[in-house]
Amino acid sequence: MQKKDIGLGILIIVVGAIVYMRNPLFLSPINLGNTANLIGLFGLFAIGQGFVIMTGGIDLSVGSVIALLGVLFVDMVGKFGVPWPIAVAITVGLGVLIGLAHGILITRFKLQPFVVTLCGLLIYRGIARGYTAESTAGFPFGSSYPQLEWLTIGRSFGVPHSFLAMLIVAAIMWVVLHHTVFGRHLCAVGKNEEAARFSGINTRFVTITAYVICAVLASIAAIYFAMFTKSVQPSSHGNFYELYAIAAAVLGGCSLRGGEGSVIGIVLGAVLLQELQNLVNLLGIPSSLNFAVMGTVILLGVLADQQFATYRNRKNTERALGLLQKQ
Amino acid sequence: MSAVHGLDLKLENVTKVYPGVVALNDVSLQIKAGEVVGLLGENGAGKSTLMKILGGLIAPTSGHITLDGQQFDRFDVKESQQAGIAFVHQELNVFDNMDVAANIFLGREKVRGLFRLADHKAMKELAQPLLDRIGARFRPDTPVSTLSLAERQLLEIAKALSMNARLVIMDEPTSSLTLSETNMLLKVIADLKAQGIAVVYISHRLSEVEECADRAVVLRDGVKVGVLERDELTHDAMIHMMIGRDLKALYTPPARPATKPVLAVRNLSIKSKPDRPASFELMGGEILGVAGLIGAGRTALAEAIFGVGEKLDGEILVDGVEVKVNTPADAIAAGLYLVPEDRKRSGLILDFPTLENVTMANLSAFTSRGLVSQKRQIEVAEIQRDALAIKTRDVRRAANEMSGGNQQKVVLAKWLSMDPKVIIFDEPTRGIDVGAKAEIYGLMRSLADHGVGVMMISSDMEEVIGVSDRIFVMKDGAITGELPRLKFSESNVLNLAVGKILEEA
Repeated sequence: MQKKDIGLGILIIVVGAIVYMRNPLFLSPINLGNTANLIGLFGLFAIGQGFVIMTGGIDLSVGSVIALLGVLFVDMVGKFGVPWPIAVAITVGLGVLIGLAHGILITRFKLQPFVVTLCGLLIYRGIARGYTAESTAGFPFGSSYPQLEWLTIGRSFGVPHSFLAMLIVAAIMWVVLHHTVFGRHLCAVGKNEEAARFSGINTRFVTITAYVICAVLASIAAIYFAMFTKSVQPSSHGNFYELYAIAAAVLGGCSLRGGEGSVIGIVLGAVLLQELQNLVNLLGIPSSLNFAVMGTVILLGVLADQQFATYRNRKNTERALGLLQKQ
Repeated sequence: MSAVHGLDLKLENVTKVYPGVVALNDVSLQIKAGEVVGLLGENGAGKSTLMKILGGLIAPTSGHITLDGQQFDRFDVKESQQAGIAFVHQELNVFDNMDVAANIFLGREKVRGLFRLADHKAMKELAQPLLDRIGARFRPDTPVSTLSLAERQLLEIAKALSMNARLVIMDEPTSSLTLSETNMLLKVIADLKAQGIAVVYISHRLSEVEECADRAVVLRDGVKVGVLERDELTHDAMIHMMIGRDLKALYTPPARPATKPVLAVRNLSIKSKPDRPASFELMGGEILGVAGLIGAGRTALAEAIFGVGEKLDGEILVDGVEVKVNTPADAIAAGLYLVPEDRKRSGLILDFPTLENVTMANLSAFTSRGLVSQKRQIEVAEIQRDALAIKTRDVRRAANEMSGGNQQKVVLAKWLSMDPKVIIFDEPTRGIDVGAKAEIYGLMRSLADHGVGVMMISSDMEEVIGVSDRIFVMKDGAITGELPRLKFSESNVLNLAVGKILEEA
């Protein structure tokens, strides 16, 4: 655990304690279960976003990918009767293709990540709306897919499977980021692409892979969201989700300049965002203020972090000066 | 000139400390109106730091500045400008998307009318006499993108004059200029002096300092080691003071004669100079110096060999076998390594721990079952640290806490932890203090003695002549001549660098 992660963990506990004191329902099994489900859903694609941010890029298309792939998944399973494992494979496969497209446009054609994924945001949303002719995609009345439902919206001992899925993904991605060659290369490319290239690292491959990971996790999240909401309204489903993901990653210590971040931090960031959402609901704050609360907390968090960093730097300089005077 | 009134600027006991490095230690300096002061010192001696303090860009850790009798603990940029201190930087700060007049008055635009619109006409009229004063041949409305480097330098000087500069600080102004351009600049400096303007002239080109300076202040490792007055300003005295010893001690002959070629490059041409192919051979066990003026294509050649730069055509042979080098990974696999020119940008990742930097190029070798073993990374990093005498207590600490010399050793450690056949050093000692330089030279020699082919690109004349076993000189992308050790001399290298043919002795 990095220092930042511990700070974030403390913040989560403090906020939780305050909410609990004001409204004990916060720790009720129902509320915890529901919140855990949301943390799972949002955490899944926030981790992917974190990987992209660590390369120094950004993926604005996440929400639209969740809408488009959600619509397609629901239609494949509900309308065309595609067996769900095949539908899952196709959905994830589309995620791979979307990620590849982003990565190749950014590395080979040297377009800016912001521009590429902004276009993605518009294109995927547009396709989703055009394909459904603005109508809501849903499963036929009375249909049921017991295994798929168990995997996505089922619970074990009260713990939502979406949350468990997110934990499993987080564990895998934690190993990938912190303990594999690819993970070290990802940080190197994000921090200083030029030096990484001069060390023989295939920087294009690393960057493209990060976008593929992001889109794949978004495609998995798309399936979970579709199963959770049971119907997908193409113009509103997943709106602003990319911003939740970016917020979680930034709260979790990812620098938008690249090269820095931890999986634990991103997960904690996702936890804090849902906790704030929950706070708004439980404390009777008008839900229209939702975004304002979230924005304020993120701003304060980032500001505090910046101040700590400045303080640490000053301490280091003073120590260096002290050493000099002793000489 | 009446506009310039007497300047009396003193720096007293100025010290500047950065985390992990003392850039300046108790330096004092006085500059008066109409004086040309040469500021000498090797890279990393503290010249730039001193100038940044005068420019108000950084604050001294201790010590103070006295200007016309008034004492300051530090300057801010505005105070520095008001004092009439102006800079002509090594990397020019001109905007090539504007014209000359707009550059001169950038940030101080003349305005007119109610809406304070930029008054282009007035600025052009005011710019013309400034350009006349320095004998510039371009006009106020010339787009900067069409100016040569030397002309851009003049533009910077004109800008300084427009601010009623009393002191113009020139940082390596001639490093990219041709000889005739250099002479013109020296004439401009003489004119400025005649107008009562003081000049601080920072240069590695000692003959220029000899020609224009009234006295020279020499820094070494952040300490002022001495002052040479006009009549003491000789080449030898300056060098002796700068490096603290005689130059001849630099050269260590190889332990055994060079063997067979480890690297052969045949007709290698690069994109920017497609019709100037280069061919050469590098022997195992030798240090081959590569000299030439800036822009001669030395770095481009090295990068093409290493697979970073684009090459059009040509063959690269390692140990007599042709290798296809399209990416750095190909070069690394063949045992061809590059220690790049810009250490901080391309050589290492400053924020990363030493151990990550050392193991970055072959991280796969540190894995078991796909996972990186930090224990083995640390072991190897510590072996390299001890072998190269890298001064860090803990290899887990970030590289940016080290001095430039130690950072360069980390870059080298990255390659030495593998199996080098050829190492190309591009400006290996830029920004490195004297002591560490000697260590780097020692490392190069011991690599060569172990059979590695060492190629050293350097713009530092003393270094090229002092360290190499053989020199080749480049101009415009091609190799214009080769010098065996017996024929080493500054004038031979320079003549080849500007394209002259040497007379046979």
